[in-house]
Amino acid sequence: MYTTELKDKNQKSAGLSLADEDPEKLAAFEARVAADDFIEPKDWMPEAYRKTLVRQISQHAHSEIVGMLPEGNWITRAPNLRRKAILLAKVQDEGGHGLYLYAAAETLGTSREEMIEALHSGKAKYSTIFNYPTLTWADIGAIGWLVDGAAIMNQVPLQRTSYGPYARAMVRICKEESFHQRQGYEIMCVLAAGTPEQKRMAQDALDRWWWPSLMMFGPPDDKSPNTAQSVRWRIKRETNDELRQRFVDTTVPQAEAIGLRVPDAALKWNEARGAYDFGEIDWEEFYAVVRGEGPVAKDRNHARIRAWEDGAWVREAAAVHANKRAMRMAAE
Amino acid sequence: MNSNWPLWEVFVRAKNGLSHKHAGSVHAADARMAIEAARDVYTRRMEGVSLWVVPSTAIVASDPKETTDLFEPAADKVYRHPTFYTIPDGVKNI
Amino acid sequence: MPGDDTLFHHALRLGDDALVLGQRLSEWCGHAPMLEVDLALANIALDLLGQATHFLNLAGEIEDEGRDADALAFRRDVLDFRNCLLVEQPNGDFAQTIARQFLFSNWQELLMREIATAPEPRLSAIGAKAVKEIAYHAKFASEWVVRLGDGTEESRSRMIAGLDWMWRFVDELFDPKDGAASLRAEWDARIARTLSDAALEMPKPRRGAMGGRAGHHSEHLGHLLTEMQFMQRAYPGATW
Repeated sequence: MYTTELKDKNQKSAGLSLADEDPEKLAAFEARVAADDFIEPKDWMPEAYRKTLVRQISQHAHSEIVGMLPEGNWITRAPNLRRKAILLAKVQDEGGHGLYLYAAAETLGTSREEMIEALHSGKAKYSTIFNYPTLTWADIGAIGWLVDGAAIMNQVPLQRTSYGPYARAMVRICKEESFHQRQGYEIMCVLAAGTPEQKRMAQDALDRWWWPSLMMFGPPDDKSPNTAQSVRWRIKRETNDELRQRFVDTTVPQAEAIGLRVPDAALKWNEARGAYDFGEIDWEEFYAVVRGEGPVAKDRNHARIRAWEDGAWVREAAAVHANKRAMRMAAE
Repeated sequence: MNSNWPLWEVFVRAKNGLSHKHAGSVHAADARMAIEAARDVYTRRMEGVSLWVVPSTAIVASDPKETTDLFEPAADKVYRHPTFYTIPDGVKNI
Repeated sequence: MPGDDTLFHHALRLGDDALVLGQRLSEWCGHAPMLEVDLALANIALDLLGQATHFLNLAGEIEDEGRDADALAFRRDVLDFRNCLLVEQPNGDFAQTIARQFLFSNWQELLMREIATAPEPRLSAIGAKAVKEIAYHAKFASEWVVRLGDGTEESRSRMIAGLDWMWRFVDELFDPKDGAASLRAEWDARIARTLSDAALEMPKPRRGAMGGRAGHHSEHLGHLLTEMQFMQRAYPGATW
């Protein structure tokens, strides 16, 4: 998942103004996008569109890769063989999704290494949700159910996003993700119907993951200045608040169905709106986590950097070997 | 030397009788590794029976600026299509 | 029945080998040198976990005391595990992991070819499915041995160190008591061929470490089980 469209500190709109673009080309581009046509890698596009896409796609890719860590934390401790295989396959899928997305972003002229570099230096952001720890097995259920559930809400519309390679990656991702949410909810169902200890575990996981899941949709619409342009460009298809509302409306009955309580005293069905009213999100916490102050942000960052640095000699060896082989072949 | 692995484009044949279709790309140091990565990345759910991997740099693409020159001239050659021709009613198998 | 007891232990050995190695490989998930390699290692781990489930379920069936694969995997202690010492060795660096996979998968492929034609139909059915998976593992690991052995100075010395760590656990794979001794010649030939492609020397023969098949393991297995079995130990009797 997990496009929350976070801006990094250094990103300025300076130099990316649409006013600097060739008006004729820009008009043709806008017309194509408005007509639901797809933009492909070699097509002309405004710089702001390219930059916004690289930022969003790479953020999305980073989220998949960093997202492997909290769930990976439980692969070796999964409670039975079936759950272990499911979880490993799921986390592997996240790796695959990161890979598809990096590849989509690479078609815009930014290499995977550059994007990884930006992640490690803290310049690039990823979804805030992964900076929370997975304490118990129930967290694996909650992540699948809530986090992947929120992800799907965001991702399904992106299958028709305007940039061809991104849209195609999203089609593949959505197809593969279809089991992710269900396996998570199944874990929660089993726990909620289990021993008192298991029920407690399930409720505790819902208590801890509920609000961070709502935050995944990003800042409220009135604090999300780029929304209009992104919606016009079909980089974003619905606003943060629309998606968040849909998530609440879909998820609350799922919690009730298995006897879990959503941790929001203000949660109430609004007959007139045909939707749930819900409590105020702690935006201060959200922005703190965006700034890298999440409980395990440092752990996540260190784990990614260590994997990359420990693997440097492997990547180098394979490249050197391929080169040697090519030289030998040429000499023969 | 550059130790970043080059990019390969992956084409998957879903089943015999169909042509290979572009599925995505992988990074790999050599051709064999590219085939295996393509297998592990793009055929985890029985999506294919055959793979092609091609170094991305080997692909020559048409330029979008030429699109109209290249493809529009085909638009008025309606006589290439069977529906262009009028056949008396009741004549079959043609 | 002694016949069944032999079959039980046979299935247990095969299941435990796959389980322990699958567990080890799954530790890499999210930490591999490259995203593509991460996916590859996870695929191998998933194959092994599948094999483990089949072989351990079969062992439970033969034993006929109501234990299934999960009961066997999560509720036995070290002394009752029958895997070889090789598979429980720590991942170390990528070269050490590849060394372990290279030695094991080449052996497991030869063994599984025999099992695929075994007279016991339940065993041979699992073997026939597994042999295709393992052939891929062996090829994957062998290619990496060549890349690392014939890569940089650093990768070469790491590959040598990895093989050196694992080599003392090779003899156990061919213990005549388990009936696998006849595979040695072909295994040696395969290993020698790949090492020659990698410009590496065959490690010197040394006194083999034995005991895994009798439940006498290295210290590593206890820690692996502690982690793997945590949930079933902390919440006995719960279903998941």
